[in-house]
Amino acid sequence: MLAKRIIPCLDVRDGRTVKGVNFVNLRDAGDAVELAQAYSRYGADELTFLDITATVENRSTFRSLVRSIADHISIPFTVGGGIRNEADVAALLDSGADKISINSQAVARPQAIDELALHFGSQCVVCAIDARRNPAFDNGAEEGWEVYVHGGRTGTGLDVISWAKEAYSRGAGEILLTSMEHDGVKGGFAVDLTRRVSEAVGIPVIASGGAGKMEHFYEVFTKGKADAALAASIFHFHEIDIPELKIFLEQHDITMRR
Amino acid sequence: MNIAIVKYNAGNTRSVLCALHRLGYEAEVTDDPGQLANADKVLFPGVGEASTAMAYLREKGLDIVLTTLKQPFLGICLGMQLMCASSEEHDTQTLGIFPIPTRKFSLPPEFKIPHMGWNTLQYQDDRLFSGLKGEAWCYFVHSYYVPLCEATIASTEYGGQVFSSVLHKDNYYGCQFHPEKSGDVGEQLLKTFLEEL
Repeated sequence: MLAKRIIPCLDVRDGRTVKGVNFVNLRDAGDAVELAQAYSRYGADELTFLDITATVENRSTFRSLVRSIADHISIPFTVGGGIRNEADVAALLDSGADKISINSQAVARPQAIDELALHFGSQCVVCAIDARRNPAFDNGAEEGWEVYVHGGRTGTGLDVISWAKEAYSRGAGEILLTSMEHDGVKGGFAVDLTRRVSEAVGIPVIASGGAGKMEHFYEVFTKGKADAALAASIFHFHEIDIPELKIFLEQHDITMRR
Repeated sequence: MNIAIVKYNAGNTRSVLCALHRLGYEAEVTDDPGQLANADKVLFPGVGEASTAMAYLREKGLDIVLTTLKQPFLGICLGMQLMCASSEEHDTQTLGIFPIPTRKFSLPPEFKIPHMGWNTLQYQDDRLFSGLKGEAWCYFVHSYYVPLCEATIASTEYGGQVFSSVLHKDNYYGCQFHPEKSGDVGEQLLKTFLEEL
């Protein structure tokens, strides 16, 4: 049976991993390659690396980091942050990344999803969606959520569910859904929103933002219908260890890779 | 050992190269028929679309070369599907090493396509699996599948569909998952392929 995936996310700046609370107050959580190897050993199913500075001058640093990660780990990994065009994607895939995630770029030019899916295959195109609660988007009893870009600073006027459907129909292979409301707060994932997105698209959905305890993962895999769950600081700072989390979820009848 | 990786502009040969490096091997990425014929082991990885890949193989004359090789040969993901008789992906005639068609998944709506992530192999007695102990979890990403057939030596289930996850006939092997991305299990399978077959 297909296992639900646990994905540590490593925010990278200048080759090192950082993670802040609500995207400010960055704290250094260590060397990216070393962390990647440790996570691979401890049973992470996949890894995600986000280049959070994403300035032009640091892009080559990130690429050589991607190359080094590919040399050292034997599980799939996704990279994102600052991807502007097909050349950026080609460079990252050539460096050994398995998937790339795009966010602001896809919102600015949705056609980019079609092009990347056509050239590189849907399986390597992850559409990242940062969602924020917006009552103006409420639909009857259903809470409205708006798509945000630029690290969660800029609203787009797009409804999260419609945008997820569009990304799916344009050829995205996966949706990485982050609730900006829940990110860094450790009060649980946006379970209802995750379920709605998961039911609206025919591709896997990775839930992100809000993991604080093991029960939160159980919730998002069952009620939230997520295919994978992503978290950062709770893993980096050992508040939850992955082997322990997997045992807990297995005891609750969630299929996990052993 | 002289290892060749078939170059055909489909897929991330770099991850296969990295996996070989981790096992201490170098490989040549080539579409030269002579080099392929003389290699000790041939790897045929692939991510991409069947008809484009077949067009490239035909253009380079590799469709003939690949079916007449005598050394251990391992197709990966799309590589394995191309080794079958045909593919429902754009109704493509493929290499025909395994006489079975590749089909598109047709699953209940709650099962996402592609089948993406870690799943288990139900494996039979074959030398390729000699290094495995107990459960074998492997990483899959695919929207098409090869039905069970005589060449099936491992199967996997997704959404009620049981399909071939490893095929073997003579010197030809194919695996639907990505051994280069399947952690310790994948590395063990690659190691057995390189060192024991």
